[in-house]
Amino acid sequence: MAARQYPIRVTVNGTEREAEVEARLLLSDFIRHRLGLTGTHVGCEHGVCGACTILHDGVPARACLLFAVQTHGHSIETVESLGTPERLHPLQAAFRACHGLQCGYCTPGILMTMKAFLEQHPDPDEAAIRKALSGNLCRCTGYQNIVAAVSRAAAMAKEGA
Amino acid sequence: MKPPAFDYEAPTSLAEALALKARHGEDARFLAGGQSLVPAMNFRLVRPAVLIDLNGVADLDHLSCSSSGALGIGALVRHARVESDREVARHQPLLVEAIREVAHPQVRNRGTLCGNLAHADPASELPAVMVALKAQLHAVSIRGERSIPAADFFQGTYTTALEPDELLARVQLEPLPTGTGTAFLELARRPGDYAMMGVAVLLQLDASGACTDARVVCCGAGDRPVASAATAAVLRAATPGSDPVALEALCEAAGAALAASIDPPGTVHVTADYQRHLAQVLAARAIAMAFGRAAAHSPRRSI
Ligand SMILES: Cc1cc2nc3c(=O)[nH]c(=O)nc-3n(C[C@H](O)[C@H](O)[C@H](O)COP(=O)(O)OP(=O)(O)OC[C@H]3O[C@@H](n4cnc5c(N)ncnc54)[C@H](O)[C@@H]3O)c2cc1C
Ligand code: FES
Ligand code: FES
Repeated sequence: MAARQYPIRVTVNGTEREAEVEARLLLSDFIRHRLGLTGTHVGCEHGVCGACTILHDGVPARACLLFAVQTHGHSIETVESLGTPERLHPLQAAFRACHGLQCGYCTPGILMTMKAFLEQHPDPDEAAIRKALSGNLCRCTGYQNIVAAVSRAAAMAKEGA
Repeated sequence: MKPPAFDYEAPTSLAEALALKARHGEDARFLAGGQSLVPAMNFRLVRPAVLIDLNGVADLDHLSCSSSGALGIGALVRHARVESDREVARHQPLLVEAIREVAHPQVRNRGTLCGNLAHADPASELPAVMVALKAQLHAVSIRGERSIPAADFFQGTYTTALEPDELLARVQLEPLPTGTGTAFLELARRPGDYAMMGVAVLLQLDASGACTDARVVCCGAGDRPVASAATAAVLRAATPGSDPVALEALCEAAGAALAASIDPPGTVHVTADYQRHLAQVLAARAIAMAFGRAAAHSPRRSI
């Protein structure tokens, strides 16, 4: 029996996309396998690691805990919406400058989480940054340089303003 | 690590959602934030035939505060909203203090209070807080509506008083009387993890400074929230006064009474003995905090 397909229309990084999906298709798999946007990483598929974090209607959420069919009529943003190699987003530039990543597996989820965080908290102290990072696991860096990168990005945004 | 197949329903009204649940009964699950249900489906621990997505039912996305401070928190109100709402902070600081310990920011952006309670994980902070606050949980179905006291709602691990056709539509919290002090403390290995032990405390002082009501409820200490009558008995009728040595002795005695009255299960992360030790230490601290807060709001001060 062919699985029932559900039509969806979802805005992805500013562009409207239409697709037919099975109900059980996770948003993380839809983004990676159907849209080919492989910047969104998948670590645990049960909400713990944070690698799959995207913005859902502007709010950070786990893509592995949403079904693609639920995004009908909504907008999502992935790490591909940030900068390009030629024109990095300030957060990306700060992560590069501060050595805020090593293997980079956790980085897309952290960038999307921090994008929303800095918009709401433009001048965070270290404790606030660490709290905001608590839902993103990094196996490489020990977090020191991630915290420094987020502080740098906040400072860059202020200088740029 | 992929969920099994299911049929997806996206009702836009409460009536439609309830009719679907009545039709499918236990074969169907409501989908709220999905922060407990989807992990369980990804692990294939649960295999609902039908998911009834509540996210399009605007009526459920309702947080109300009456002029007297009574709060109604609807089924779609997410942890993040409860955490940052001014009225909730003013009238129910215990709920805010506990919800900040629940999971990570991204999970709190989607997860709902009602979904958390319907899930009834005995390790969760929020069922214990509901018992401490004597919340009323409003269940609705096509058959009608009923209100269930929190103490009767939690019936075991992942088990509640809800019938297969019922939705937990709203949590109702009455305002706390003057002279009430609350505190929530837990210990988890990392911020956002489920607690190894957590303690919710509510104390009430009368105008003379005597403790007239005390509730001490643990999470992680059994198959549902564990309220300790023995601990409450130590606190009730005590008059902590302003002598710090006497207050400390009272808090220590209450903590010891709690440790003696619970029979925690232990988990892979924490032994039963250590859980009991944590209950004792956390309760003594939380009770001291609650006394301090109660005194700051006591009827004597407000005269
Ligand atoms: C990484 C991670 C860490 C977490 N840490 C914690 C923690 O420390 N403490 C904690 O308490 N929780 C924790 N959680 C769970 C989190 O709080 C969930 O949000 C919450 O338990 C479930 O709410 P939900 O809205 O997501 O419910 P869902 O996952 O949508 O539903 C959960 C269950 O309740 C049912 N349901 C949902 N809403 C209703 C309703 N209104 N009426 C009847 N049934 C309903 C569903 O059918 C399902 O069976 C964590 C989750 C994750 C992913
Ligand atoms: S893959 Fe989604 S949180 Fe780990
Ligand atoms: S850089 Fe490797 S996991 Fe974070």
